[in-house]
Amino acid sequence: MSEKKYNLKKTPLYNKHIELGAKMVPFSGWNMPVQYTSIIDEHIHTRTKAGLFDICHMGEFFLKGPHAEEELERLVTCRISDMPEGKCRYGFMLNEKGGIIDDLIVFKISSEEFKLVVNAGTIEKDKKWIMSRISSKDMFADESEKIAKLDIQGPLSDVIVDNVFKNGVTQDLKRYHFKYVDFAGVKVLLSRTGYTGELGYELFFSASFAENIWDMFIKSDEVKPIGLGARDTLRMEMGYSLYGSDIDENHSPFEANLDKFVFMEKCFIGKDALLKQSEYGFSRVLKGFVCETRRCARSHFNVVSGGNVIGEVTSGSFSPCLKKGIGLCRVEKTFAVQDTPVILTDGKIDVPAKIKDVPLLK
Amino acid sequence: MVPQELKYTKEHEWVRVENGEAVIGITDHAQSELGDITFVELPQKDTEIKKTEALSTIESVKAASEVYAPLSGKITEVNEMLNEKPEIINESPYTKGWICRIHTADISEVNTLLSATDYEIYLKENE
Repeated sequence: MSEKKYNLKKTPLYNKHIELGAKMVPFSGWNMPVQYTSIIDEHIHTRTKAGLFDICHMGEFFLKGPHAEEELERLVTCRISDMPEGKCRYGFMLNEKGGIIDDLIVFKISSEEFKLVVNAGTIEKDKKWIMSRISSKDMFADESEKIAKLDIQGPLSDVIVDNVFKNGVTQDLKRYHFKYVDFAGVKVLLSRTGYTGELGYELFFSASFAENIWDMFIKSDEVKPIGLGARDTLRMEMGYSLYGSDIDENHSPFEANLDKFVFMEKCFIGKDALLKQSEYGFSRVLKGFVCETRRCARSHFNVVSGGNVIGEVTSGSFSPCLKKGIGLCRVEKTFAVQDTPVILTDGKIDVPAKIKDVPLLK
Repeated sequence: MVPQELKYTKEHEWVRVENGEAVIGITDHAQSELGDITFVELPQKDTEIKKTEALSTIESVKAASEVYAPLSGKITEVNEMLNEKPEIINESPYTKGWICRIHTADISEVNTLLSATDYEIYLKENE
């Protein structure tokens, strides 16, 4: 880790993490809990019960006004015009070359108001990009500092959210939809979204209530706090991309095998480049891999087949559920086929693995 | 508190003298820093190793780290249990989680390593 310990930002829950004895690490300029007890225990707890994640570091932007919809339509790859109020949708913001500036979730609050949830490390870059491409700066607001975000994820998360807020509050909430909940006078945006592959919810509310709402959840016996370490292994088992590791400005959504989040029947920034890519093709594509043993390949290991380097590992870790090394890699298209045997190597360690479709955990 | 009867290195390995041989492991501090241990590449039995050479690789969820030989000698036994249950090192770093035994030409070489007190001071200085 090259990030310095000083000058790191703290979330409103920093003191809670210290009280819980979390191991803190720098992440995207923030001092964040990587684990409280054990990454493996926290991972399994999320898959079997429910885990609570401090995600206050992520960014929240708002686009408002009569032109918000049409301007957002040009800024992101997912379709906006057919979204009903209370719907969320995953997509990308692209540069003119088709490279991914960020991956994000759009929330349609009303016909004239949208929320964007963006990565922590890209807040400033995203803000600059959006400001330079919208017709009026007044329609944009960055509320990242004012809004707290907590994720509650796992098979028991609906019961737990019901217990804390109100019985039945999650009942009619479908995947990738959200609603507002009034909790003792605090307005909470409750969305059925997440980054773990489990049933789960993301909560957004005023940062000044972060500790109170954290406490309401953590007091349940079924809920454990989960650090960024398990967040990473949970998303990797599902094959979800991490911005900056698996996806970046030098690669398009097509090269990440994420075509389904790109709506080609509309105009958006980067579309021309994507059309060219469809016509002329591209060499490498993102795929999952599963190692033959518990031994893991890590980011930047080469992917080798028949003595030739055919790709690079973009994310690698141990899978607590599969009990093997897993990850994502960018490989030449001809090798991007289910069960293709490869060797993952850093020159010292050779890890035999097979290329896999995602999710890696079925 | 670290076990008083062991010797230590600045790379966080420990050595216990047993029947004239050196038993090697990693300290509680080392296992705690690594987090959940997921894989241990054990050294080859009957091979010769030189002090400070890489003896074993220990992988955790987050990263891989080398264990260095605290002494020179011949590997006489390895802890095969670690193949199935590498997490034993997390649970019991000083006893069940031992890595290997080394037969050295001169066992008094262990006296060049850190005492428990020196290792504790070293840990405090590097907190």
